[in-house]
Amino acid sequence: MLRLPTSTDPSCLKEMLLVCKLSRSSPNRAQIGAMDMAAKRRRLIPSSLRWLLTVPISSRDCRLFFPLRLPATLQISLLSVHYNIHQTMASARVAKIAKYKTTIKDPGTPGTLTMTLEKILFVPRNPKSAGKLDVEFRYIKGQKHTKEGSNKPPWLNLTNNQNGSFIFEFENYSDLQDCRDFVGKVLAKSGEVSEKPTAAYPDEQLNAAEMELRIKLLQDDSELQKLHKQFVLSDVLTEAEFWATRKKLLDREASKKIKQRLGFKSAMVSDIKPSTDGRTNKVTFNLTPEIILQIFAEKPAVHRAFLSYVPNKMSERNFWTKYFRAEYLHSTKNSIAAAAEAAEDEELAVFLKHDDILASEARRKIRRVDPTLDMEADEGDDYTHLPDHGIFRDGNKEMTELQNELYKRTLSQDINRHAAVVLEGRAVDAEFEDTKAVAEALAHSKRESSNKGESDGNSPERLDRLSRMTEIEDLQGSNNLPLAPLCIKDPRDYFDSQQANALRTSGDALSGTEQIKCSLSIPEVYGSLRESISSIKTMGWKEPIVKPEVAHQVFDALTNSISNTKHNIGKNPQESVLDRLPRKTKEELLHIWTSILELLKHFWASYPITTSYLYAKVNRLKDAMSNIYPQLEEIKGSVPSEFRHQVSLLVRPMHQALDAAIQHYEASMQKRSTQSGEKPNGYV
Amino acid sequence: MASAPSKLYADDVSLVVVLLDTNPFFWSSSSLSFSQFLSHVLAFFNAILTLNQLNQVVVIATGYNSCDYIFDSASDLNRSFENGRMPVMSSSLLQKLEEFLIKDEQLSKEEPEGRIKSSLFLGSLSMALCYIQRVFRSGALHPHPRILCLQGSPDGPEQYVAIMNAIFSAQRSEVPIDSCYIGAQNSAFLQQASYITGGVHHKPQNLDGLFQYLMTIFATDLHSRSFIHLPKPVGVDFRASCFCHKNTIDMGYVCSVCLSIFCKHHKKCSTCGSVFGQAQSEAASASDKKRKTPET
Repeated sequence: MLRLPTSTDPSCLKEMLLVCKLSRSSPNRAQIGAMDMAAKRRRLIPSSLRWLLTVPISSRDCRLFFPLRLPATLQISLLSVHYNIHQTMASARVAKIAKYKTTIKDPGTPGTLTMTLEKILFVPRNPKSAGKLDVEFRYIKGQKHTKEGSNKPPWLNLTNNQNGSFIFEFENYSDLQDCRDFVGKVLAKSGEVSEKPTAAYPDEQLNAAEMELRIKLLQDDSELQKLHKQFVLSDVLTEAEFWATRKKLLDREASKKIKQRLGFKSAMVSDIKPSTDGRTNKVTFNLTPEIILQIFAEKPAVHRAFLSYVPNKMSERNFWTKYFRAEYLHSTKNSIAAAAEAAEDEELAVFLKHDDILASEARRKIRRVDPTLDMEADEGDDYTHLPDHGIFRDGNKEMTELQNELYKRTLSQDINRHAAVVLEGRAVDAEFEDTKAVAEALAHSKRESSNKGESDGNSPERLDRLSRMTEIEDLQGSNNLPLAPLCIKDPRDYFDSQQANALRTSGDALSGTEQIKCSLSIPEVYGSLRESISSIKTMGWKEPIVKPEVAHQVFDALTNSISNTKHNIGKNPQESVLDRLPRKTKEELLHIWTSILELLKHFWASYPITTSYLYAKVNRLKDAMSNIYPQLEEIKGSVPSEFRHQVSLLVRPMHQALDAAIQHYEASMQKRSTQSGEKPNGYV
Repeated sequence: MASAPSKLYADDVSLVVVLLDTNPFFWSSSSLSFSQFLSHVLAFFNAILTLNQLNQVVVIATGYNSCDYIFDSASDLNRSFENGRMPVMSSSLLQKLEEFLIKDEQLSKEEPEGRIKSSLFLGSLSMALCYIQRVFRSGALHPHPRILCLQGSPDGPEQYVAIMNAIFSAQRSEVPIDSCYIGAQNSAFLQQASYITGGVHHKPQNLDGLFQYLMTIFATDLHSRSFIHLPKPVGVDFRASCFCHKNTIDMGYVCSVCLSIFCKHHKKCSTCGSVFGQAQSEAASASDKKRKTPET
């Protein structure tokens, strides 16, 4: 008996692992403890041998198990439905009876193993024994387990950070499976960034795509992730505010996604093999909309049958039942049995026969083409209904068409058809939620293309489509946009350095620089200069050019200053102080600086305060800013003494920026408190 | 724009383009006399030429009204000025300098008082860069060029825009600008130029030993600078001039489209023509407030 987690939040996408175990010998009944909206629609028919479980096909990945009328050896006995967990549920847990072994040789202490999202708890049955274990999931690094088919007992080995391991022996492999899945989920979740539902900013509607973009950005940029963790998760800033300034990043990410058009896979996905489990006799067909799309694209008869039969004549499950039955028959290559079954079941016959739509399409293609000009298609294309691809053996022109020939299908036909579809490209380009949508979209696109195809072969649409298909965007070079030409509105104004207004204002504007006051007139100054030149020409250079004592003094002073600054600042002028600090200090300082910038950006943007929301925000920001001061002090203290001076120099502008902000805050608070008497509307 | 200089003859061959300040207004009020200055500087040129046989020195005079090439050690026209008292090259340089000053004087007109007597540093810097570009394009083998500015005149804020453009183009073509400032005040332009292009800036304390300063600091070629330590200034003065009035400012408005700097709030940017939004409040105006603090 299994108890399932209760869901308390119906609005989020859920993952629920619902495992019911049946076998022929001992029918168990699984009870579902929680019913959410999806579950209420399920009907459980407990029966000993076969289960029918109808599930809404709204989840992206659903496994359908259903019984087949097969020989007795194959029987479906287990059903499961599997969704993806997106939200954590606080009460999700798994409890099993297991034995805890410290080593492989240890016989193990029997007890109960309980796993919740946060930790693993093992309580031995005998309260006096010492095997109690309480480990948090944070410390679990990985897991290993013994394989089902081997002769080993079902063991699960959880490794933790310090390379220790906890070995649990379960009663059977399905228990092991449950625990393994649970641990896998928790480990996967711990690697993600946790997302809080954004409820603070009232008007924000986030769709899944937007969330995905944000998560991706956070995963790619660890600096951003640190900032995000620091501010948003501690409620200093809300999600909306954090991302409001980073729209450009988000847009860039979004545009990255749409670049490439994915084609179909080359592997034949539509030829899916069911997974069989010899021990419990179950057959699993895993159908995703992708596979369904491929099946419909490759077998238009199936597509047509789907559109016509479902949901009028039969349910979708029945449809797929028959389809897979037909596939099974094909795979056994037993055309006699196929013919027999086709005779019984009309719908099954649809799947077993040759695809007449394909045949007619091929014939149409041939008719459309002028064989003298275009070797695109020839008689050999129309092979689906000709045995041996129309190649005659032994010169024998007769074709003995047995009744059963109709039901034969060769592997090469499948492969060729698949290849043709892949090369055609995707006709529909979006993600789908369920089969019906897939079928309809494909039908719609086929109709469109057939409308286009009816017209002249060289129609502009056709040519346009051809050119679109032959262009491979990834391989083209990036079109560098031409640089914008330099556009200066008034070049004279910009370039002309001697200006009338410069003359007017320069006289009184310069406070710092001293002006050269020259009392002599122009000819005089030039004359004196020329005199110096002629004097040096006649007298030659001064002997000596430099007095030895002066030179010695200068040299000493220079070498002193060079050695001092080298000690203090560094070797070359472009090298920064930061590079000489120990790496950890440098990273901390840079991180504090980016967080200061982030806080200040939001702080200054909130002024002037007009709403109470901004007021609360400013208060939060101010508290966060005050918390930075002790962090800076801590860094200063942790640095070795030779770097203390430089660190304090680096820290000074940070202090200045924070002081300016806090000063402004206090001034505005004061102003507000003095004005509050005048404001009648109770502005906070 | 030419790419980085290609491999040379040898690593330490250098081409030094010297921008000599010949602003007469500065020299008439300077503590160091022009003739002393010249003797230091000429000896320095000879020293550079002796460091390596293939070194080259080009001198451009920065006058008050004009700039001109005074001297090129690689040219053959130096032979004609024989003077027993000093080396040939120096005498040719002096001769050319004198001719330049005569021409410069003729170009001057009477300016109103109170004007900053700054030299045309911008013009000589541009000429130096053009010469260096020509050297780059002359072939595969050429010396490492660098620019040495011997300035004493104060900065003219009206030249800010053009000087910054020249500095950025020097940075782009990887030409370091060294500067030796012998005036009384600090020159923000020279400090920025050396900082941005990776050159050395120094303001000598003792002008009598100018030759020693020049030899110790500015004679090092670019290859040796990777292992010879040169004095670093403590900080750089990053003040700019506004584009509208050409005043030196350290707090102003910046256009977010073309990054032009203004001292007052404008409706429209005069450089790129973009219209600024309404200034609703301090924080919400379209052109941000930018604060330039000198680095400590």
